[in-house]
Amino acid sequence: MLSLGSGGAKSTKPSFVSYVTPEEIKSEKDPPKQEKHPDLLPGEVEFCSANPILKYTQDDLSQRGVFGTLFCTNFRVTFISDEKPQEKTDKTFKNKLYGENDIPLMCVDHIYGVYDEKRKLITGGLVKNKYPSKMIIHCKDLRVFQFSLTFSKEEDAKKIFQGIAHHCLEEKSLKCVFAFSYMGTPSPGTDLSFCREMQWKQETVMFDSPEDWTQEMKRTKANCRLVTENENFELSQRLPKYFVIPLTIGDLFSYQGKGLPIWCWSHYSGCALFKASFPPVTQEDGDFQKHLDTMINAVAHNHLYSVKTEDLSESLPNIQDIQQSYNKFKQFFLIENSTDFWLSDVKWFSSLESSGWLDIIRQCLQKAVEVVECLEKDNTNVLITEEEGTDLCCVISSLAQIMLDPYYRTLMGFQSLVQKEWVAGCHAFLDRCNHLHQKDKEVIIACSFLPVSSDAILQPEKSPLAQSGPLSCPTVWDWSVQFDSKAQNFFFNPLYLEKVKHDRAVRKPHKPKHQRNLSLPSTAFKTPPKKGFFKDETDSLKKMLRVKRLSRWRGSPDAPTATTREFFESWQHRPLDYHGLLLPCLDGPAVHIWMQRYLRWIPEVYILGGGSVAVMTKLMELLSQVQDLKRVLEQRDSSQAAKLDHRPYFQHRLLSFDSSGRLSSSFPFAYTCYRSFKPIIPTGLMQSLMVTDSLASQEDEASSVVSFV
Amino acid sequence: DRSSGPRVSDTELRVYKDPSKDELPLLPEELVQDSAKDVTYICPFIGPVRGSLTVTNYRLFFRCTDREPVFGLDLPLGGLSRVEKIGAASSRGDVSYGVVCKDMRNLRFVHKEPENSLKKSVFEVLMKFAFPVSNNMSLFAFEYKQVFPENGWKVYDPLAEYKRQGLPNESWRISKVNDHYELCDSYPATLFVPVTITDEELRRVSSFRAKGRIPVLSWIHPESQAAVVRASQTMVGQNGRRCKEDEKLLQAIMDANAQSHKLFIFDARPSVNAAANKMKGGGFESEDAYQNAELVFLDIHNIHVMRESLRKLKDVVYPNIEESHWLSNLESTHWLEHIKLILAGALRIADKVESGKTSVVVHCSDGWDRTPQLTSLALIMLDSHYRTIRGFQILLEKEWLSFGHRFQQRVGHGDKNHTDADRSPIFLQFIDCVWQMTRQFPAAFEFNEYFLITILDHLYSCLFGTFLCNSEQQRLKEEVPKRTVSLWSFVNSQLEEFVNPLYVHYPSHVLFPTVGIRHLQLWVSYYIRWNPRMRPQEPVHQRYKELLAKRAELQKRVEELQREAANRMASSSSERAGSPTRSITPVQTFV
Repeated sequence: MLSLGSGGAKSTKPSFVSYVTPEEIKSEKDPPKQEKHPDLLPGEVEFCSANPILKYTQDDLSQRGVFGTLFCTNFRVTFISDEKPQEKTDKTFKNKLYGENDIPLMCVDHIYGVYDEKRKLITGGLVKNKYPSKMIIHCKDLRVFQFSLTFSKEEDAKKIFQGIAHHCLEEKSLKCVFAFSYMGTPSPGTDLSFCREMQWKQETVMFDSPEDWTQEMKRTKANCRLVTENENFELSQRLPKYFVIPLTIGDLFSYQGKGLPIWCWSHYSGCALFKASFPPVTQEDGDFQKHLDTMINAVAHNHLYSVKTEDLSESLPNIQDIQQSYNKFKQFFLIENSTDFWLSDVKWFSSLESSGWLDIIRQCLQKAVEVVECLEKDNTNVLITEEEGTDLCCVISSLAQIMLDPYYRTLMGFQSLVQKEWVAGCHAFLDRCNHLHQKDKEVIIACSFLPVSSDAILQPEKSPLAQSGPLSCPTVWDWSVQFDSKAQNFFFNPLYLEKVKHDRAVRKPHKPKHQRNLSLPSTAFKTPPKKGFFKDETDSLKKMLRVKRLSRWRGSPDAPTATTREFFESWQHRPLDYHGLLLPCLDGPAVHIWMQRYLRWIPEVYILGGGSVAVMTKLMELLSQVQDLKRVLEQRDSSQAAKLDHRPYFQHRLLSFDSSGRLSSSFPFAYTCYRSFKPIIPTGLMQSLMVTDSLASQEDEASSVVSFV
Repeated sequence: DRSSGPRVSDTELRVYKDPSKDELPLLPEELVQDSAKDVTYICPFIGPVRGSLTVTNYRLFFRCTDREPVFGLDLPLGGLSRVEKIGAASSRGDVSYGVVCKDMRNLRFVHKEPENSLKKSVFEVLMKFAFPVSNNMSLFAFEYKQVFPENGWKVYDPLAEYKRQGLPNESWRISKVNDHYELCDSYPATLFVPVTITDEELRRVSSFRAKGRIPVLSWIHPESQAAVVRASQTMVGQNGRRCKEDEKLLQAIMDANAQSHKLFIFDARPSVNAAANKMKGGGFESEDAYQNAELVFLDIHNIHVMRESLRKLKDVVYPNIEESHWLSNLESTHWLEHIKLILAGALRIADKVESGKTSVVVHCSDGWDRTPQLTSLALIMLDSHYRTIRGFQILLEKEWLSFGHRFQQRVGHGDKNHTDADRSPIFLQFIDCVWQMTRQFPAAFEFNEYFLITILDHLYSCLFGTFLCNSEQQRLKEEVPKRTVSLWSFVNSQLEEFVNPLYVHYPSHVLFPTVGIRHLQLWVSYYIRWNPRMRPQEPVHQRYKELLAKRAELQKRVEELQREAANRMASSSSERAGSPTRSITPVQTFV
């Protein structure tokens, strides 16, 4: 037989009604006639269910599926297979609250119905008509589920479809969010690691009390003023209960807190980063302009009378652009079948570019580097502003803090940072996740640029618990609610270098004492920066500030200012200090998409036995060996002061695998570790590369005369 | 001492700590040919720098004199593809020279013409020594006489390698038919063929296969006995010629594997090109003539397309990267698409052998470009031995060197004819594919990225004899193994530099890489290594090594303590039975 290469693998549109007829199912189904129900969480209520429903398996070219029951509860849509659970696949990283076939209602992004082979987006209006033969659910975490409704009774199918559509798509009040019904508390004392978990939880600074803010000011040696006047949100609903402002601001109550510079972080030199909500000012509104100038003035007073202001809504894409870009971008990952995958593979780079997503990421990081440059090199106060002051301000300020402050690269530090800048910082999670669904990712993505320094490598999807989390609910930082202690091990980057003083063996390169000082020659503490010394005279100050605002920060996002480039290069030339400043490289080839986040559900990209988990396995093994050896030494050598290792004990045996079952590269996210060990052969290669120029038809050998001298 | 070793610099500019010392590191037999002061190197990254330029019979050496810190350029002349004067002399008498390198960079120098017109400019000397073959001189590899502890020419012993695979056996025999390269001058002397085929029949087959490159065994599966067989295209021609012996040979290959009654023939070319080859007397196996065989085309393009693709890639990455269109520019070079097609082809071959237990025949047109790419990649997927440092050397010696990949033609060692249409980055493409696999399976390869880059650097450097000539026959005729040093002598004498600290040896693991473009990356640390901004942010491998060192140190201390304790126990035997020495699980060391 002659098959024309890859063209032989035809790109057929999969027809799903295939191998099993409904009759067959009936006969198969009859014997085990037992009702199955999901294990409900405390406070969870089942709304409706239907059986049998066919769930298509995505990881198989044959387009087969599994029969089971589909449920809808007040927390999730869940599917329970009729088949006996197979050999327990590797559940090391199991989420205790929801599993492979659970879709929290808040996680549903779009629902499509297939009516007579045509796919339609389900909106409120369509629900009342007939139900589709197939329901496709796109999740916010980029999973795709496909359920066939044709096998169950009509009324059941209708009910489950309408139920799911109603609970996922209809508007609802905040009170309906499951977090308010959830009664779960972690059962204490289940295992030994519980104490440690409690410790973690306690270490995350929540920034919901004046003490947390005072402590943070102390930590960064800030000289600012804590505001407690907003405890009952009298000042402004859009401001946190507690926040910190420059010392010299007296008037708090004008303009509902608009323009008020909120302190983010202080550099050791004394200059600080502030963010503020600056609505656009019209010409007539001279008073308000005056108010804003006073605010800028106050920031300047914080340290050496210099300030640089940056209007983020001017220099970065606005949130609508970002949302649009993300919508385009995420479509590349919502892949329903293999044919689509390989078709889109061909134009992968150009489609990625056309979405603009990576460019936005780059611009945000670029802006953060510019902020860092001002703080670190020029020792100038920075005030970043935008209309609301809680979107891009959060992105830029948290990125800058991650680059500058090693504390925020620890797990606890990162969690505290999210609390400080995003949760206490009043980022509109509810709006952004439901409608824009966007901002938090930016931070998460950005972190992947510092993969080795950031502990938060495995940032799992946040459950709706946290996304709407008023403080009475369990917080997402209590990971024990979701993961057992073993799984929590995966949160740690085994390569993270802790800042330990007494352990000389690991770190041979000697570190100078002033570590944060190391990365750049910053101007000495009391020397005024070249460009930023102002007399305390408001008029001239204002004039000069205005000038600065217009000149310094006008760089097109495409061409980073030469000085920033220089700043990066001079940083690059210094020895790397893990506990000092870290700057990302932002050149095109250095910015990648975050594979593990975006591609983790797509079976076509799984590498069986490979991927970063292969390195992780080996590293954990090594680390646990080192820890074992240390422990032995400690036991033996009692004279040695037993300095206990604070880091979690790496239980590498969890990950070690024998030759039969290899982990897939998308571990711990892909549940199908034991799928048939077959390579994924691309289809449709012929379309991929039609080289039409004359070179392709040239003879392979230009000449067969060999000349070797 | 590293500076005396033949290390090719991995960053463009070397920084010298002690500028007062003359740091020109000459190799044995390396002689300075000329040097000039007041040469300006126009660095695309930091601008013009002044300094002195030295040309030896091995390298070009530029040392800047007007800057702190003092730094230099140091590159082997073998890496030069082209040296030319750009434009006429300026009013001040300055002449500009462009140097195009094979390793993805271009250099530009400005220099005053010597006032004495009889004296040759340093660049004329450079042109002479950069292209010794064109100037009737010998390559530096024939002069270089460094002695290393190990002789790399002994790395590959064909009989030992086939023996490792369990050959000969009842189905496959050694044939001496090519002992003196009479059957096929581009094949090795040692060939493995089915026992049922006589040498006479092989001779007839050779007249039916392009360049006499008959189907012979490359690798055999230790369990299923499915074989990977390589060949060149059949000379079917427009009239549809057939060859009884060739048909019998392929049937015999199929029969040698009891597990399958089918044979897959992988033709690496796009089917259009394969069909077009019929016009020139070539072609492919027809389904009538070869019963039970299935022919699959792998759609990999020819050497000219690949050369053009790399040229475009160089335009995109050197010297500057256009930020806003980086991804679409990268896509327009098609480089990664070619990589994808090659990996996909090798994956299909490995799948048929491993999962289908079927023997396969792989060929392209002549069987020396796309064929070794495919067979060696499939072998790396199938056989973990080839993922070790020595195994990989054997793989290159066998699939590429002994089976006659035309290195001399494809690289153009010492040849100034830079427009030669026979040049093509086929081997680079293969190494890139291997790198892609090491990215996907970071613990499955014993060697590191630096090993692959070193191989590529010395592919061009002409310091070692390994990649000289076009075939085994030519290398013997030129006495390359006698007169030159093997790259493996150098590599195997300092293995620790090339070891992947995270290597885990799983003997029976087959690797199936993911070949989607989404999982392929541009090999930045090779193609864009001259750009100082693209230097890796963090030396992660350094951390791995520290970790291993830490473990070794602790292990040692534990052992010492155990020994001490044992001694103490022995000396005070009357004491009560103390807690027994807790046994420490012996920890394997991979380094």
